[in-house]
Amino acid sequence: MPKRVLIRGARLVDPGAEFDGVTDVLVEDELVAAVGDGLAAPSGAEVIEGDGLVLAPGLVDLHAHFREPGFEHKETVETGSRAAAAGGYTAVCAMPNTDPVADNLSVILEVRALADKAGLCDVFPAGAITKGLAGEALAEIGEMAEAGVKLFTDDGHSVQSSRVMRLALEYGKAFDIIICQHAQDEGLTEGWQMHEGHYSAMLGLVGYPAEAEEITAAREIALARLTGGRLHLTHLSAAGSVAAVRAGKAKGVRVTADVTPHHLALLDADLVDYDTNLKMNPPLRTEEHRAALRSGLADGTIDVVATDHAPHAPEEKEVEFDQSPTGTTGLETALAVVLTELVEPGLLPLSDAVARLSTVPASILGLEEHGGPVLAGRPANLVVFDPAAAWTVGERGYQSMGRNSAFHGRALHGRVLHSLLRGTFTVRDGEPTR
Amino acid sequence: MSAFIERGRLLEAPEIRRVVTRIAHEILERNKGARGLALIGIAARGDDLALRLAREIERIEGATVPVGALDITFYRDDIGLHSEAPEVHETRIGFDITGLTVVLVDDVLFTGRTIRAAMDALVDFGRPRAIQLAVLVDRGHRELPIRADYVGKNAPTRRDEEVRVLLAEVDGEDAVAVGEQIGDDEPSGDSGAGAGTREREPA
Amino acid sequence: MIKHLLSINQLSREDVNRILDTAESFREVGTRVIKKVPALRGRTVVNLFYENSTRTRISFELAAKRLSADVINFSTSGSSVSKGESLKDTALTLQAMGADAIVIRHSSSGAPYTLTKWVRASVLNAGDGTHEHPTQALLDLFTIREHFEDFQGLRAAIVGDVRHSRVARSLTLALNKMGASVMLVGPPTLIPPEAPAWGAEVSHDLDGALPKLDVCYMLRVQRERQRQQFFPSVREYSRLFGLSQRRVEQLPEHAVVMHPGPMNRGVEIASDVADLPRAVITDQVTNGIAVRMSLLYLIVGAGDGPPRAAAAEANLQLPDPELQEVAGA
Repeated sequence: MPKRVLIRGARLVDPGAEFDGVTDVLVEDELVAAVGDGLAAPSGAEVIEGDGLVLAPGLVDLHAHFREPGFEHKETVETGSRAAAAGGYTAVCAMPNTDPVADNLSVILEVRALADKAGLCDVFPAGAITKGLAGEALAEIGEMAEAGVKLFTDDGHSVQSSRVMRLALEYGKAFDIIICQHAQDEGLTEGWQMHEGHYSAMLGLVGYPAEAEEITAAREIALARLTGGRLHLTHLSAAGSVAAVRAGKAKGVRVTADVTPHHLALLDADLVDYDTNLKMNPPLRTEEHRAALRSGLADGTIDVVATDHAPHAPEEKEVEFDQSPTGTTGLETALAVVLTELVEPGLLPLSDAVARLSTVPASILGLEEHGGPVLAGRPANLVVFDPAAAWTVGERGYQSMGRNSAFHGRALHGRVLHSLLRGTFTVRDGEPTR
Repeated sequence: MSAFIERGRLLEAPEIRRVVTRIAHEILERNKGARGLALIGIAARGDDLALRLAREIERIEGATVPVGALDITFYRDDIGLHSEAPEVHETRIGFDITGLTVVLVDDVLFTGRTIRAAMDALVDFGRPRAIQLAVLVDRGHRELPIRADYVGKNAPTRRDEEVRVLLAEVDGEDAVAVGEQIGDDEPSGDSGAGAGTREREPA
Repeated sequence: MIKHLLSINQLSREDVNRILDTAESFREVGTRVIKKVPALRGRTVVNLFYENSTRTRISFELAAKRLSADVINFSTSGSSVSKGESLKDTALTLQAMGADAIVIRHSSSGAPYTLTKWVRASVLNAGDGTHEHPTQALLDLFTIREHFEDFQGLRAAIVGDVRHSRVARSLTLALNKMGASVMLVGPPTLIPPEAPAWGAEVSHDLDGALPKLDVCYMLRVQRERQRQQFFPSVREYSRLFGLSQRRVEQLPEHAVVMHPGPMNRGVEIASDVADLPRAVITDQVTNGIAVRMSLLYLIVGAGDGPPRAAAAEANLQLPDPELQEVAGA
């Protein structure tokens, strides 16, 4: 007897099928069995009354740090997967800055094995562009690409050499992979602590000018144009970067970009009491930059919202500001932040939000099983959330080992109720199933 | 905000004038003249009374008596008991008190804690031959074994009442009023130590 | 008043006046035979110094002692800190020992803010990184007030490495708050472009500024900044922005010269200039004690309960749930 779940009367938001409306979805074992109005509940089916709820393809994160192997005191693949499921994600691209670095197939395979064992979320490890993230010699991109790795990045570091970037973009063309750059001209950011501007001057913290990102972003777009390689610029923070991507796309350059929920929501002004949870790379910037990121996301210049989920141990974050590592957790709050900060005020339609959080990142990574469309016969990777439910971040703790949420204590709207990975509940009624 | 509701007057201007004259005479009589005398008034109000006494003594005796002003805030025993640290006034003692008979002058004698603090403060300036105490009003309710040598008026009061001395130098008129404090944010019933009340008596 | 002194921004103009007026009374205390009052008897003040600064530490120590507080000097060398203890654990330890106030000097901007999350004691910022040094600014105001009737309309220049100077930040904010006008003078590499937002004018021409000044405040220039290439050489810096004998003559008769110390004689200030009567640098040091007494008195002398009860609580009870949560968080 097959396992059946009927989600009745929820608003199905499915950009992949260009569908947005109230309907019923029947899940049978691993697959979507039927989509349509007035579906009868087969005997033995679990029925979820979806009135007022939203049903969408499971979310897909292009950018998360699961820390394993090497930094298991911050996060493991299992705890990161659980945090992802709790946030409505069914697929996550894990960053390669582990120890050892994922610059070779064996680390990639280890992460995949850990993810399979956890079984809470599909994990697609990214590979490093250069050996040891040193920015010098290319890693064995080909071998990893043949094993299915789609995205390569030295994230945490920015590849400084334009020659190395050029070679990576060129070399990657053979495998149709994506070279993903964290854009930062390190010559302009020595000793940096926060965005360079009024607040850095006021708080006595060394600045990281927006230009440090904009210069590198513009360079990479020029190199992508030169080489014809596929470029992805991750966690954009500066208005000039958005403009550069817009101009690049207009010229037909193969460039995509993402932005984090925290850069969409927060500002450098929020750092006035030196909260280390707000210390990130790139740093939170001014209203002008945030407005450019929001409009870039709304008009499609920025393709994706990615979390840059960066968990750290409490003792690493509870220190003097300049001694704190950068990063905030994000998987458990991304959807709610986008709903609260962008959808609710009318800056982004809900269907576009789902597209940026699920459909588009799945398509960039070439993930057939994720991001919808939600149609009969397709894998049942789904999320059900209550867009109106109010909650306070951290009130019930975190699934991630990292408690360093930039949104800790904030009131948000939008709560994930159920996550289904190939028809199996990974989260039910807001709680992970294991 | 607190407000003082006046219920009656203990002394009016002419009486205050007569009282100051009488105390000046008593001081001179008790100390057999003005030699070796100094007057030190406790801020605020006591310092102005000390100046008046000095003028009276000069008028009667033709002798100039050194006058100082003493702020006892740093010697209060209720620092840290109020949401704000007690307000500080100026201390001006431009002479060496060692060997002198110092007459401390205050407006109202109540619990005695101000005088305790004043004596502690005074000995940090030197070693007076003797310390005496002159007050305009003694309203009772002592909490320490202290009594005045010169009293303008003994005025029995309820503990929760408030006595206010008004002086022309500060308040534009001379009077001693009795009444109550309404809406004071400091508890006044326990000690009369509420910062900002007239009879600045540390708890 | 305030519970902690972290930044000049926390203070209103009235607060500043109260601090300075109270400091006048403490200056009088300093003239007495016995230079000590019992105001903070039984309170414990900890000097927590993560950076060496003998001058500031001694000034705070003397201030606390003249208020009869018990003083503990906790410096990083030879302590548990040098054995790798975190600021948080040090803070929890000092809290458990019943500290009423912690005076902290730290090389990290914002460290005093962070400290307030872990302790119930009042925190006084004695200089944090390149952020602020509020007690220095207040003693500078006190010193300026000795020479000028009113801050309103006063014209001051702060000359030198504004970018890396916590003194410049605090003093600019403080002077601005009190109605004085401030000009920041130095090479463009040492003045943050955002400085006008602090309410200051910016100039790169010291000679042009001098004839209009009431106060000429020279900042210490660290030789390390030359290594970081903020200016090409100490010689060139001194030639352009040092207060020489020739330059000091361009100042109006009544103008005073100030410096937070320690001075680099011959670099930002000529040795003869530092010894002129109009250089009130040692007055700044003297006034530092009275101003710090005033701050300790106003901050520690305000309370919410009997000191003995608070001390007993700190000594006998386990850390309260809030602190435990922080400890476990």
